Amino acid sequence: MNKCVERVYNGIIKENPTFILMLGMCPTLAVTTSAINGLGMGLSTTAVLIFSNLIIAALRHIIPDRVRIPAFIVIVATLVTIVQLLIQGFVPSLYSALGIYIPLIVVNCIILGRAESYAAKNDAVSSAFDGLGMGLGFTLSLTCIGIVREFISAGAFFGMEITPEDFHISIFGLAPGAFFVLAGLSALQNKFKLPSATNGDAPKSELACGGDCMHCSGSLCASNHAVLEAKRAEEMEKAAAAKKAAAEKAAAAKKAAAEKAAAEAAGNKGQE
Amino acid sequence: MKELLLIAVGSALVNNVVLSQFLGLCPFLGVSKKIETAAGMGAAVIFVITIASAVTYGVYAAFLRPDGLIGIDLTYLQTIVFILVIAALVQFVEMFLKKNMVSLYESLGVYLPLITTNCAVLGVALNNVSYGYNFLESVINGVGISVGFTIAIIMLAGIRERIEFNDVPHVFKGSPIVLITAGLMAIAFFGFAGLI
Repeated sequence: MNKCVERVYNGIIKENPTFILMLGMCPTLAVTTSAINGLGMGLSTTAVLIFSNLIIAALRHIIPDRVRIPAFIVIVATLVTIVQLLIQGFVPSLYSALGIYIPLIVVNCIILGRAESYAAKNDAVSSAFDGLGMGLGFTLSLTCIGIVREFISAGAFFGMEITPEDFHISIFGLAPGAFFVLAGLSALQNKFKLPSATNGDAPKSELACGGDCMHCSGSLCASNHAVLEAKRAEEMEKAAAAKKAAAEKAAAAKKAAAEKAAAEAAGNKGQE
Repeated sequence: MKELLLIAVGSALVNNVVLSQFLGLCPFLGVSKKIETAAGMGAAVIFVITIASAVTYGVYAAFLRPDGLIGIDLTYLQTIVFILVIAALVQFVEMFLKKNMVSLYESLGVYLPLITTNCAVLGVALNNVSYGYNFLESVINGVGISVGFTIAIIMLAGIRERIEFNDVPHVFKGSPIVLITAGLMAIAFFGFAGLI
């Protein structure tokens, strides 16, 4: 039970997918024009995430390793289609507001990312709770961004008008506003040195893709992964060699010092 | 002819895929540090999206529509079918280029795997279907969208190369300044709204 609570806490606070891991930026920017849209998108993604993690974790011993990514994609796409039909049937207003971004949940990096990094290695129950935590973290952050954008652009909170029309800055409801809000958020994270994927001093990579595997759900870039791994191994080796050399030097110095001391002692003895 | 031109201009400039529809943001922000890599990414995107919009239209018309070969309305399967078709297509393109066009593979190859789950590809396929485009219109829409992506990413890369020499406030260094640049570009692209 404790582990389940820990997974949920991890998803909402410690590894919040939007604020800390910076995953799934497309829906984050596109649908947060109002708080209710952000909430709807977040909850749809949560539903997909819980069930995809559950199913993938349950099938993890059956799916062969070589075809796991296509298998994951089929599972996720099926769930997304189910969610899409349910939204279309029961919440048509949300369906028309989110539009093409509902089927695009399939290519949301968070879902394949969690499937690959957590569900494929852990049991079904804790994977489902991991999905729940990640989904709620995503929902929370989308709703927060939605509240901020809705308040600035339309002076409203979940559709309730608060400020008069003269104070509305409508550009924050349009495409540029999404970039500005996210820039502000990212700058705040820099200012307070909060943990985030964007403000770490990430080492510069020579790979064309930037070696940014966190944001890349490109499942096929095994060669890039291999290059990265090789480089990391090389660095480790180098570090180990340096350490060994330093240790040898230290040992040699110690030995020399000991010899010197012994010689001195002998010399002293001789003088006596 | 005029309609095709309108579709191309509309999808490349007016409804720019990154700056107004937010599709393909990850490569837009991730691979835009240098103009050369940005151009390579753009070329690969043009290549893949053009082929993908033709192939997905073909699959949709042949198998999913009720008047297709199977004769049953399978349009609700479009998300699953499209993502699988795109993933397989990228893999095939990669293998084909590696075998037959080595020079092209060397310049585009590294970007191809990144594109599979680029939401712009799936987005274009789904858009073509929801707008009810025919084959030619789908392909033109795909070309327009990917050219729009390329324009945006090369412009951003050019600006980012210059930002390197500027005195950016410490707090805005890194991703905030890039996002603000993208926001200003999005405002500039609003200027195209009167074109159509």
